[in-house]
Amino acid sequence: MSRFCKAALLGSTLGVLLGLGLGGTALADNFPGVGRPATPAEVKAWDIDVGPDFTGLPSGSGSVSRGMDIWEAKCSACHGTFGESNSVFNPLIGGTTAEDVKSGHVATLKRTDFPARTTVMKVATVSTLYDYIRRAMPWNAPKSLSDDDVYAVLAYMLNLAEIVPDDFVLTDATIRDVQARMPNRDGMTTAHALWPGPGLPNPAAKPDTANAACMTNCKPSVQRTSHLPDHALGAHGNLAAQNRIFGPVRGQRTGPDEAATDKPNPALTLAEASGCLSCHAVDTRVVGPSYSEIAARYRGSDSADALMSKVKAGGEGVWGAVTMPPQPDLKDDQVKTLVAWILAGAPTK
Amino acid sequence: MTKLRPDGEATLRTDPLAPGADVSSGRLRRAPESFLTPEEIRQVGQGRRAFLRASFLTAAAATVAVGTRGRAAAASTAVSVGDPDILNPTPWGSSLGQPVAASPYGQPSKHERGLARRQSPGLTQVAAASVSFAPLQGLFGIITPSGLHFERHHQGWQDIDPTRHRFMIDGARPEFVKTPKVYTMDDILRLPSVSRMHFIECGANTGMEWGNVAVPTVQYTHGMLSCSEFTGVPLRTLLEDCGADLKAATYVLAEGGDGSSMTRTIPIELVLSGEVLVAYGQNGEMLRPENGYPLRLIVPGVQGVSWVKWLRRVEVGDRPYATKDEAVHYIDLMPDGQHRQYSSIQECKSVITTPSGGQTLVDKGYFTISGLAWSGRGKVKRVDVSVDGGVNWVEATLQTPVLSKCLTRFILPWNWDGKPALLQSRATDETGFVQPGYGQLRAARGSRSIYHNNAIQTWQVAENGDVSNVQIL
Repeated sequence: MSRFCKAALLGSTLGVLLGLGLGGTALADNFPGVGRPATPAEVKAWDIDVGPDFTGLPSGSGSVSRGMDIWEAKCSACHGTFGESNSVFNPLIGGTTAEDVKSGHVATLKRTDFPARTTVMKVATVSTLYDYIRRAMPWNAPKSLSDDDVYAVLAYMLNLAEIVPDDFVLTDATIRDVQARMPNRDGMTTAHALWPGPGLPNPAAKPDTANAACMTNCKPSVQRTSHLPDHALGAHGNLAAQNRIFGPVRGQRTGPDEAATDKPNPALTLAEASGCLSCHAVDTRVVGPSYSEIAARYRGSDSADALMSKVKAGGEGVWGAVTMPPQPDLKDDQVKTLVAWILAGAPTK
Repeated sequence: MTKLRPDGEATLRTDPLAPGADVSSGRLRRAPESFLTPEEIRQVGQGRRAFLRASFLTAAAATVAVGTRGRAAAASTAVSVGDPDILNPTPWGSSLGQPVAASPYGQPSKHERGLARRQSPGLTQVAAASVSFAPLQGLFGIITPSGLHFERHHQGWQDIDPTRHRFMIDGARPEFVKTPKVYTMDDILRLPSVSRMHFIECGANTGMEWGNVAVPTVQYTHGMLSCSEFTGVPLRTLLEDCGADLKAATYVLAEGGDGSSMTRTIPIELVLSGEVLVAYGQNGEMLRPENGYPLRLIVPGVQGVSWVKWLRRVEVGDRPYATKDEAVHYIDLMPDGQHRQYSSIQECKSVITTPSGGQTLVDKGYFTISGLAWSGRGKVKRVDVSVDGGVNWVEATLQTPVLSKCLTRFILPWNWDGKPALLQSRATDETGFVQPGYGQLRAARGSRSIYHNNAIQTWQVAENGDVSNVQIL
């Protein structure tokens, strides 16, 4: 957290700074006229990081129960009711035990058969969660949560992970107690050689592999351990179309020609380019409703105009509390194309 | 004798005038334009000149489509008159071309459209938090064309209005920065600049291959790798301009101005060395929006996630920040259940790009093996290449320039005798570090790390010329 500093004003920047109403403050600068002091309000607006020692943590509070309300309105669409969903992002909650809360190491991380690595299994520092939710969530409306909202949402997550009880209230004071209960709080190591400086604790003096540049008869035999299964060769499309059509090599033909397959519907391309598909899919609910759901609701009625204004101005409440942001950059004819396409059932070809 | 592929197709030489060329000389297999069906071969063998004449006309008119069985060039192989593209007028040689500025911002040839950024199906669920891979299999030299630079976005990309973009420097505590300052893009572009060529590699590059082979081509195994000339102002210059206490500072935090406002801890040592840049230029023009327009951090040698895009703020501090992308992601899981945190350097690594997985060699005989090598600790010192799976090695030639923390192109002549081969490259950097094999890497880190896989890559060449992705110890 920074404070606005005062220093002697250099003559060369006087006019500029006075013009900004910042007279009396300045800097010893090498580049007269370049840059200006940040105002305290500006620093406060942007300096929102929260460190592991809680430097930068705003005061505030939020209960588990209020967090549940916010969660269900703004978070569960992507993360699932219990933070368990993997349909949009990796799961947040799961894989930790009461024993982990005691030990500070998540035992599941040693298992090679456990299917997921959830956020709560990995994260060692509760500050990370507060910092990240505040700066980047919800997915389609970052920085729209109040500080208290963030406390509440985080309290609910911690409760889902059985780190705090149902009646818990997370505050800038109680968060310090939570840190001592984070299941993987001792799960990080800096004993490696991949940090380009001496600053971290216990750095390794040398890299952890030490190959030698042997040149002849380097091993008695060659052991092939893995190759791409035939069925996976076509999983990335026709490789012939991903290589140059002349030269020493060609791509292998692993699927139909791109030219021969149907081109995607231009409206689908427009939806993708306009960012619509970040929240909507054709058949499945992502953040917002699927296009088939929208088509089903609006089909038959004289609602193309209403849908057009929804797309342009955004909306809230029709499909739950997740806000659809306005799309001011879309031109009218583009919106028209999109709406006609959605009402036609959003065909992909 | 004519070699038949398993599906019954035969292939031919393309140059009709090559010594000894005839239908039976037996090019190995399918360069796509060389296909003849068995029936066509029979016709040619029977002297069906009309068939060939028809093919000549096709040759003059057609653009051979990728992957189609264009028969024109192949048909020409059986005649001794000459190549129709020499004997007959070509469309481009007998017509008026297009005017200047027909394409105000120039585009690649339409024949190059196969070389594009692509996603790996199933890798991520949401395209705004995903990856597109650079087509390394078709690139030359060391510079990645800006439009082919790999993408990794955490919350979608933005095209920021440069007149409204601001860059702020402040301190975690007041004593770290004497005067927190705000810079406009006007300000940044007035300052003394440097231009430097560096690679950028995602920490998760080759991450899908830790346990086993997962993807078919070098685009997907190694394509989260690009290299550009970046232009910008050393961060040190800007910190000094704000009166930062560079003795007390041990870390800086870099923060983006997009929705994710992504943050990463940067070691002060790299800042003090002058290597870390606040950059706006990329390959002679402004950064592309997907690469952080109008401002991004350049952190040479360090994984791409630290090269914060749409850079809006740098904070000077004295402890690491444990941000989301250094406490939940970009941490390397070890077999004992601990995660390596703040793993940042991209260690020495290399890969052969031609020939590489998913490709087919057009014939036996001479080829140039070509690939890329790089190290986050400095310059590449040498690259060795093996064609027998690592039993014997030959030192490759490094193309110039060879620059610190920059891609280096290596080449090696190779006469392919048509027998199975296992191609590998092994880079050594100026610190003496030698790129490890999969056995060595897994012995040190297991196979669940996701990040920082710099193992030696193997491409298997089959007798039919097909190249595929394999792993060997």
